[in-house]
Amino acid sequence: MLNRNTLSLHIPAPRARPGQKADFSHIAIPPAGETRCPDVFSREAEMRDLPYGLIRVLDGDNQAVGPWNPRLSPDTLRHGLRAMLLTRAFDDRMFGAHRQGKTSFFMKSTGEEATGAAPSMVLGRGDMCFPTYRMVSYLMARDYPLIDLINQIYSNAADPLKGRQLPILYSARAYGFYSLSGNVGSRFGHAVGWAMASAYKHDDKIAISFIGDGTTAEGDFHEALTFAAVYHAPVILCITNNQWAISSFQGFAGGEETTFAARAIGYGLPGLRVDGNDFLAVYAATQWAADRARGNHGATLIEFFTYRAAGHSTSDDPGKYRPADEAAHWPLGDPVERLKAHLIGLNEWSEEQHAALSAALKQAVRAAAKAAEAIGTLGQSAPSKREMFEGVYKKPDWRILEQRRELGI
Amino acid sequence: MAVMNMIQAINSGLDVMLARDPDVLIFGEDVGYFGGVFRVTDGLAAKHGITRCFDSPISEGGIVATAIGMGAYGLRPVVEIQFADYILPAYDQLVSEAARLRYRSAGDFWAPITVRSPYGGGIFGGQTHSSSPEAIFAHITGLKTVIPSTPYDAKGLLIAAIEDDDPVIFLEPKRIYNGPFDGRPDQPVQPWAKHPASEVPEDYYKIPLGLASIARTGTAATILAYGTMVHVALRAAEESGIDAEVIDLRSIAPLDIETIIASVKKTRRCVVVHEASRFAGFGGELSSLVQERCFYHLEAPVERVTGWDTPYPHAFEWDYFPGPGRVIAALRRTLEG
Repeated sequence: MLNRNTLSLHIPAPRARPGQKADFSHIAIPPAGETRCPDVFSREAEMRDLPYGLIRVLDGDNQAVGPWNPRLSPDTLRHGLRAMLLTRAFDDRMFGAHRQGKTSFFMKSTGEEATGAAPSMVLGRGDMCFPTYRMVSYLMARDYPLIDLINQIYSNAADPLKGRQLPILYSARAYGFYSLSGNVGSRFGHAVGWAMASAYKHDDKIAISFIGDGTTAEGDFHEALTFAAVYHAPVILCITNNQWAISSFQGFAGGEETTFAARAIGYGLPGLRVDGNDFLAVYAATQWAADRARGNHGATLIEFFTYRAAGHSTSDDPGKYRPADEAAHWPLGDPVERLKAHLIGLNEWSEEQHAALSAALKQAVRAAAKAAEAIGTLGQSAPSKREMFEGVYKKPDWRILEQRRELGI
Repeated sequence: MAVMNMIQAINSGLDVMLARDPDVLIFGEDVGYFGGVFRVTDGLAAKHGITRCFDSPISEGGIVATAIGMGAYGLRPVVEIQFADYILPAYDQLVSEAARLRYRSAGDFWAPITVRSPYGGGIFGGQTHSSSPEAIFAHITGLKTVIPSTPYDAKGLLIAAIEDDDPVIFLEPKRIYNGPFDGRPDQPVQPWAKHPASEVPEDYYKIPLGLASIARTGTAATILAYGTMVHVALRAAEESGIDAEVIDLRSIAPLDIETIIASVKKTRRCVVVHEASRFAGFGGELSSLVQERCFYHLEAPVERVTGWDTPYPHAFEWDYFPGPGRVIAALRRTLEG
C-alpha cells in the first residue's frame, strides 16, 4: 500500500470577519529607525533585505528617528499636514454630498492621505504622477482649486472634464496629475513609457505611478515592471497596500507569504517597504527613489503599507466583510494624528492651531461646495450636450457629426 | 521615385519620419538589430541609432502601454505587433486607454501612437498567423483603422498615421508584402515591380486618412474592399468580364462614405468583400450603411463575400480564403437580382 497524501485546495481568508475581533497580531512592525538606508546609487543586489523591512521614521512617541529621517523643515511638515487635513475635510463633505443625492459616486482616501501628499511634495511640477483614484491628497498638496474638483464630481456646467467622466476620476495635466480611469492598473505602464520618453529626450523629468495591492495581480503591473527594469526607466512605481480590494483582503493578491515590495526582486529593481501612515517615511522613501531615478539609475518599486480606513466607495459597506472597528486596531495608527503629534513634539504646532486649521479647511471646503452647488449638482446642471460628441477624435468625422445632428444639437 | 515592394515602402515611410521628426521612435518585438520578422524595420536602427528603433519584451500589452505613456509625454511612437493575431493582450490598452484618453481627460492628454501589425492569411500561417481583426478596432470609437493595398498607399498612409494626433491601427496585409496577390494561389504572383503603385517617392508625402480610392471604375456593380481583397476584386472583375467598380477603402475608420454612396448610386449593386469572418464583421457595417443610404437605388440585396465563421484552418487555407471565384459568384447573384 502506498501512503497516499490527499490534496486540499487553499482559499485565503483574512484573520477576522464581521463580528470577530480585529487581529493584526501576525504583522511584524519593526521599530522606527531599524531598517537601514543604503546609498541611493547602491546596486540592487546589495539591497534585497529592504523589501522585507519596513521603513519607519516616527517612533512610538512620534519623534523622528533613524537613517531615513528626511529632516524636513517645520513649514514643509505643516504643508503636508494641511494637505492631509484638507483631504479629510473634502472627503467628509463629498461623501455627505453623495448621501444627499448631489452626485452618483464618491471614494474616500481616509488613512492613506500621506501616500499622496508626501510624494506630491517630493516631485516637481514638471514631473508626472499616474495616480490611483484614492489620491486626491496629491492634488491637495499642490493647491489644486477645490471648486474644480467639486464641479467634476457634480458633472455640472463648469466640470473641467465636460461631464464625460465618473466622479473623482480627475485629470490635471498642469498639476502633473495624469488622467484617471476606473480600469485599475491600466495606466501603470503609461508612467514607464512617459519616463522612458523623458530619458529619450534627455529631459530631467521623472514619473511616479501608483497601483493598489489588489491590482498587482493584473498583467499591467508585471508588464510595467518588466519595461521599467529593461530600459532603466526613471520612474517610481508605488504599490499602495491598503489591505483591502473592495471586500478581498490582500491575500487574494498573493500577499500572504511575502511582501508586495519583494515583487521587485524578481525584476532586479530595488524594493522599499514603507510605513504608509508615516508622512516622514513616505517622504523619505519617495525622495530616495526620485534621487535614484534622476541620477539615471532607473526605477524603484515602493510598497506603502497602509490601511483603507473607509469603505471602497459609496457603493459598499465594509461592515459586511470586515470587523467594523478594524481601522481602530491598525497597528500603524493614523497619518494625520501621527504627523500632528510629531509637530507638537517639536513645539511647531499645537492643539489650538490644529483645531483652528481644521475648522478653516472645513470652511474652505464648505465654501467651495456652495459655490459649485450654485452652478449645480448632478442632473441640475451640465455642460453643453455638444461636449458629448467632442474630443472623441481631435476632429470629429462624419458619423459623429451626423449623430450629433440626430440628437438635435 | 523608386520601385518598392510594400515592405520597402513601409520601411521608407518609417525612415523618412525618423529623419524628419526627432519625436518619432520605433519599438516592438525583433524590430531593432534584426529589423523585424518581415524585415520592415531593416536597417533603421543602424541608420538612426538604437534609441530610435529598438527591441521590446514579448509583451504586447506592455508595448502599447509604454507607447501611450510616450505619446502622453509628447512623442509619436510607432510600435509593431509582430502578428495581428497577437494584438489581443494589447486590446485593453487600445480600447480602455488609447481610444478614450483624449475624451475622458477633456483634451488634457492624448495618444498619438501608431500600432503597425501584419494581418491576414494566405501564407499558410494557420489560425495563429492569419487573422483579420479589423472589425474589433473599427468598432472602438476613438481609434482609427487604416489598411493599405499598395506600396504607394502604404507609405503615404503610414506617414499620415504617424502624424495623426489620434491612435491609429495600421494593418498591413502581409500576403501582398511582396506582390499583389489576387487570390489565385495556383498561379505565380507578379512582383510589385510590374504594378504601377510600386513607383514610390523616396521623400515625404502623405495620403489623408479617410479617403478611399477607386481601384477600377465600372458601371455594373460596386465592390467594397480593402487590403489583399482589393486585388482579389480586381481579378474577379477581369476574369468575369463584369464591369465592376472596385473601391479600395484604405481606411475603415474614418470611412469615406461619400465615395461609397456615389459609386453604389451609380452602379445600383454592391458586393462587400473581406477576408475576416462574416458574422458581426466589418462587412455588416458596410452593408448596413449602403442599405440605409442607397436603398431606393439598389437593384439587388447587398452581397457579402468573406472568410467563413471558423478560425483560419491550416489545411483548408484556400477553401477559407474568399478568392475571385466567390467574388464572381456574388457579382453574378447581384446582377441577377
